[in-house]
Amino acid sequence: MSFTVPSPKDAILAAQNVTMRFGGIVAVNDMNVALPQGSICGIIGPNGAGKTTLFNILSGFYTPTEGDVLFKGKSIRKKSPDRVCKLGIARTFQNIRLSSQMTVLENVMVGCHVRRHCSWWMAALGLPNYYREEDEIRDKARALVEKVDLGAMQNEKAGSLPYGAQRRLEIARALATEPSLLLLDEPAAGMNPQESLDLLHFIRQIREEFNLTILLIEHDMKVVMGVCEYIWVMEYGALIAEGEPAAIQENPEVIRAYLGDDFVKGH
Amino acid sequence: MRFNRTTFICLALMAAGALFLTQADMFLSNYQLYILKLFFINAILALSLNLIYGFTGMFSLGHAGFMALGAYMAALCILPPEQKEMMWILEPIIWPFSELFTPFWLAVILGGLVAFVFALFIAVPALRLGDDYLGIATLGFAEIIRVLLTNATPITNGSLGIKGIPDSATLLTCYVWMLITLVVIARIVYGNFGNVLRCIRDNEIAAQVMGINVFGYKVMSFCVGAFFAGVGGALLGSHLSTIDPKMFNFLLTFQVLMYVVAGGLGSLTGSILGAGIITVLLEWLRAIEEPMDFFGLVEIPGIPGMRMVVFSVLLLAIILYRREGIMGSREITLAGIGRFFRRLATRTAGREAQ
Repeated sequence: MSFTVPSPKDAILAAQNVTMRFGGIVAVNDMNVALPQGSICGIIGPNGAGKTTLFNILSGFYTPTEGDVLFKGKSIRKKSPDRVCKLGIARTFQNIRLSSQMTVLENVMVGCHVRRHCSWWMAALGLPNYYREEDEIRDKARALVEKVDLGAMQNEKAGSLPYGAQRRLEIARALATEPSLLLLDEPAAGMNPQESLDLLHFIRQIREEFNLTILLIEHDMKVVMGVCEYIWVMEYGALIAEGEPAAIQENPEVIRAYLGDDFVKGH
Repeated sequence: MRFNRTTFICLALMAAGALFLTQADMFLSNYQLYILKLFFINAILALSLNLIYGFTGMFSLGHAGFMALGAYMAALCILPPEQKEMMWILEPIIWPFSELFTPFWLAVILGGLVAFVFALFIAVPALRLGDDYLGIATLGFAEIIRVLLTNATPITNGSLGIKGIPDSATLLTCYVWMLITLVVIARIVYGNFGNVLRCIRDNEIAAQVMGINVFGYKVMSFCVGAFFAGVGGALLGSHLSTIDPKMFNFLLTFQVLMYVVAGGLGSLTGSILGAGIITVLLEWLRAIEEPMDFFGLVEIPGIPGMRMVVFSVLLLAIILYRREGIMGSREITLAGIGRFFRRLATRTAGREAQ
């Protein structure tokens, strides 16, 4: 099966000539990315290559200095992160950002909030439809917690969970926002080989089940090569290679970026 | 409202409390009634600040300002027009405040609303700041409100203040307002909106990514808190029957902050407990301001302000040894009380069996 990069109009998400400058530093330089609906793609690159900056642009934290980001054909360049989430892009973080004092279930319930209809004053007055919606949210959150195998720990404080479980919880919370595109920032960081393997299956499984498109940043090459259908490689903010996993593994530019010039010469 | 056993028991307890208060003057002295009323008002203030600081994590030091607005608005509403005309000696009072005359319940709500509206104006610039900067900004706004009240002589009677405010804040009124505050804030905080507020407190960026309009919810929390601070101020003004701008300086904010911190940030029952304990303690400690005589050996003359020294020491002790306050972020719930008694029962049963 060969992978074709769609035109920006057909892509679910397309970054067009995106450049991000912070003062004199060019963090992202003229990046073009286009994801077809339903795919799992990856962005790799050495530390400081600008991968997370690109994610921050895609999720609305930064407005790119130049270029545009299209989501389902519409520009989200100037949209704030909460508006972007409402449109259907969810993300996780490299450094886990959970409310550690809140329980597992409560954390996921926060994710459900964006799709709710009631306003806060309905809660203050205690209207019946508020309580009905509250029950729906609790049920939905509980189902998602079960989905990531945290059902037994749903009333534990999120901060007391082991690292791998916190990563899964963050994904569950992202799924609670009912996204159509999921951005995962180093989902396998800090996981042991078995956990990474489980994650691989889990990513494929949620793609089927929730009809998702997934873009991930990852350093664990076993995960990247195992799950991604297409890969963009960044170095110093710029795109140095793109292609299917097998081609990327062979690409001399990529090997140089990761292992240095000496290694390439030695071969 | 959800009608289950817990709701029923809570309603029954509230009603029992109200019934007790209607008969309270039979068991309690006037002084004790005065303290009890002050406790209810302080509890309202503590609950409202806990919503802002404890649950949403906004370090706001503007509470005295909102209280002042509520107190002045309510006082202007319940003073009879003739009395107002007599009292404003520096400059005559202007219309519509000269003609304003409303029943007390409406005055309290109007007091809350004025604080709410002001909070809305303050929120837009101030809530873009975080942490300590927000504290400094809100402290500044509270002082601005105080200066405005001092200088808006045709409305507020300037630095002379307002005297002889009818004491319409009965014990029962204060109790009911405390319950309203508790129920409204508890409903916001112990549902998914509360989860959202706590998420904003713990990790603003994560909250944004979850599609939460962080600024909007901060404004909501701030303004609802300010509304109840206004209500508390209105009740306090009527309770003390005299208000002047000097009364609402930043020390008052710190007093409320003390209730919240002592009770536990993020615990509503803790706030009520904190307000109760500190209100009673402050009165009780008056004893050490009297001249003391230790068996004729050492004689200490009365030192006014001594209780505040003791109080500061107590506060230091809380901060050093129990930073999370009395309750931490836990609550006293019916289920919790039930568990406690059941455990007590099994323990005594076990001891008897031995």
